[in-house]
Amino acid sequence: MKIRQDHNRFKEIVRGRIKKELRRYMANGELIGRQGQKEVRIPVPRIDIPRFRYGSKDQGGVGQGEGEVGDSLGDGDGQEGPGQGEAGEQEGAKELELSVTLDELAEIMAEELELPNIQPRGEQRIASTRATYRGLRPVGPDALRHMKRSYKEALKRMISTGEYDPDNPVVIPRREDMRYRSWAEEEIPATNAVIVYMMDVSGSMGDEQKEIVRIESFWIDTWLRTQYRGIESRYIIHDATAREVDQHTFFHTRESGGTMISSAYRLCIDILEADYPASEWNIYPFHFSDGDNWSVDDTAQCIQLLRGGILPRANMFGYGQVESPYGSGQFIKDLREHFGKEERMVLSEIKNRDMIFDSIKTFLGKGM
Amino acid sequence: MTLPARLMELKDEIDGYARGHGLDYFETIFEIVDYDRINEIAAYGGFPSRYPHWRFGMEYDQLSKSYRYGLSKIYEMVINNDPVYAYLLEGNNLVDQKTVIAHVYGHADFFKHNFTFSATNRKMVDRMANHATRVRRLIDRLGIERVETFIDVCLSIDNLIDYHGPFIRRPPAREEEDTVDARDGGVHRLPARDYMDDFINPPEFLEEQRQAREEELKRRRNLPANPQRDVLLFLMEFAPLEGWELDILNIVRTEAYYFAPQGMTKIMNEGWATYWHSRIMTEQALDPDEFLDYADSYSRVVATAPGSFNPYKVGIEIWRDIEERWNRGMFGEEWEHCSSLAERESWDRQLGHGQEKIFQVRKLYNDITFIDEFLTPELVERQQMYAFGYNPKSKRWEIDSREFGQVKTQLLDNLTNFGTPVIEVVDGNFRNAAQLLLRHNYLGIPLRLDWAEEVLRNLHRIWKRPVFIETIVEDKGRLLGFDGASVINDAWTLSEKKPT
Repeated sequence: MKIRQDHNRFKEIVRGRIKKELRRYMANGELIGRQGQKEVRIPVPRIDIPRFRYGSKDQGGVGQGEGEVGDSLGDGDGQEGPGQGEAGEQEGAKELELSVTLDELAEIMAEELELPNIQPRGEQRIASTRATYRGLRPVGPDALRHMKRSYKEALKRMISTGEYDPDNPVVIPRREDMRYRSWAEEEIPATNAVIVYMMDVSGSMGDEQKEIVRIESFWIDTWLRTQYRGIESRYIIHDATAREVDQHTFFHTRESGGTMISSAYRLCIDILEADYPASEWNIYPFHFSDGDNWSVDDTAQCIQLLRGGILPRANMFGYGQVESPYGSGQFIKDLREHFGKEERMVLSEIKNRDMIFDSIKTFLGKGM
Repeated sequence: MTLPARLMELKDEIDGYARGHGLDYFETIFEIVDYDRINEIAAYGGFPSRYPHWRFGMEYDQLSKSYRYGLSKIYEMVINNDPVYAYLLEGNNLVDQKTVIAHVYGHADFFKHNFTFSATNRKMVDRMANHATRVRRLIDRLGIERVETFIDVCLSIDNLIDYHGPFIRRPPAREEEDTVDARDGGVHRLPARDYMDDFINPPEFLEEQRQAREEELKRRRNLPANPQRDVLLFLMEFAPLEGWELDILNIVRTEAYYFAPQGMTKIMNEGWATYWHSRIMTEQALDPDEFLDYADSYSRVVATAPGSFNPYKVGIEIWRDIEERWNRGMFGEEWEHCSSLAERESWDRQLGHGQEKIFQVRKLYNDITFIDEFLTPELVERQQMYAFGYNPKSKRWEIDSREFGQVKTQLLDNLTNFGTPVIEVVDGNFRNAAQLLLRHNYLGIPLRLDWAEEVLRNLHRIWKRPVFIETIVEDKGRLLGFDGASVINDAWTLSEKKPT
């Protein structure tokens, strides 16, 4: 159908809009709330062709039905009048909701953030291959012959050799004009990955900080999901002690105790040891905190745990430090000092929502 | 796909009924298509082939989504062409197909006979396909980005045409009168004796005449000589456009003129088609066991929702009212002056002119004259019509009035120029610097400024020199413009509007 071309153009334009606004979308938690099964709905400003028009609220209309003078017909939050579609054809600046699949979203994000594909570990990288028809080639079985293209080639040849006679437009394809559909093999990744999210829920982590973590984890999930066949996520919260929780609890718990980061790292190692052997799994631990730790001793322990237990197993370890009014922000400095040269240790400071975009780029930009 | 045998029979049957009522139309070709295809065709405005443009894709996206979610279904689609093309949706039940066929014949008759369509190209299907080929070639040569961007620019001004232009016979440009004496500055002087000369040809009067004439000459040197509503034509004639740009602008203008009559007769046209499908169905085509299905679908066609205007409903009610009034002779001086309610209600002069009248009206009216002449206080009351507006205090849309005068005025306002601002070119050599000046003929409603700014940018893309529009914002004259670098928004004394 011809509409496909226009439809694709439209989608391209929409993608362009999303790309342009990606930083804003990434800073906006609303998007995650709209998360459906496999797609998210993104509000994009309706793409309209501007014309000389009246302001929509300055122009009334005529309707039919019950009601007294002064009765309400609906509130004026939207720019548009109540269904004046026919008479006035008002096109207000209402937002258009577009569904984008998570894959598409990840792709857009990858393009915009210039994310490299991850080279997964493990011997059995590719589970299976799948053949899809794409493109043409000059040899192949007759069953795959592409008539239209073959004739086009023949026509090209005849015109260029001067054999073509417009008054007697007979086109005879020869052997070399033939074109056949060809196929390409796609690899379906076999490997799985696990993401272990750890978060400091001590008193100094406020709602805004947790919201940032929530948004970060959404984007990390979205990206890694496209890179592996299966993704498992585990959640650990900690203050002075750590425990494993489900996703909901992870984002909605607030404790008031002190902070011992080592407790979380220890639990993380336990989980990895029990369920995720490094030979079969790609492992992504992420830790978010405001950078406050109980004591220098505990920090020393953390460093030991990271070096001895987590880093050897992990593809990479991400530490995101959100800024809070209470935290000292010391922890990232300690990590930097000890792991400055360690490739697999990725550190990111997230001062506010607008920094989420850059933070994700830091975390995922290395392709590990 | 052509029709299956059963539908073909039904089509012929209904064709017979329609012609029996006196409907007259070009050959009408029905195709049966699946919902995806009907969405595609609908996105292209009913045409099987249009030039490539993303907005058709957007239309399609919305149509197919709202169909999938069960929000809407395309009821009928028919295009003004010779032959008329119409589409039936595969999988509709037989009653719906019959209804649509009858409805389509109503439209086809209207297309052929209503005067607003008299100037439209009846081979538009071919013409649109031709446009498509031309644009595709341009895209092959120049790339989709360039071409599509320019189409966007043109579309943003495609409402700046003269809707009445096709019906206006313009007088030939006046020749210079050669009778005037150049010595007197081109002013006529009556013959008089010396001593009477000052009385017969008073110097003040001569001076006044001379000035008027000078202004007239100056005006004629203006470009355009008179304010011009067809801004697109003006741009085609005078804007520095490349060949391919001119071609696109021409295509957009041609299509805008083609679609204009449908906007100008929406209420009449839909009302007419609904009137006829309802008569043909209920009087002839309907089988007894289809009655409920038909009633169901009819009630959806004429349904009204708060704050919305249904042209099908309003249209059919007015047509029926006209028919009844002319059958009973409820018009003319006697009727107008009759103030007895009882007498008016039982009024019947047994004229039986209803049919004749509605056929005449469908030929000679457009929505504005139709509403102006045939919307009656009784009808407004019976149909519970009201005028509504936005109340900024309560931030709600509210019913403003149920009074006949106000309802009618509001409706006419919404129909005038399609409820969009009237804009014309006043000066193509503004400030003697080849700048373009447009004028918004302010009728009490201000322009939407953010869009106006965008349109000015687009106009600048065409005109390539600063472009301006004078308008009124908050009761004060403003000059909005774009000079290629920045947006201009200055206080402005409106140029005097001369009768044209």
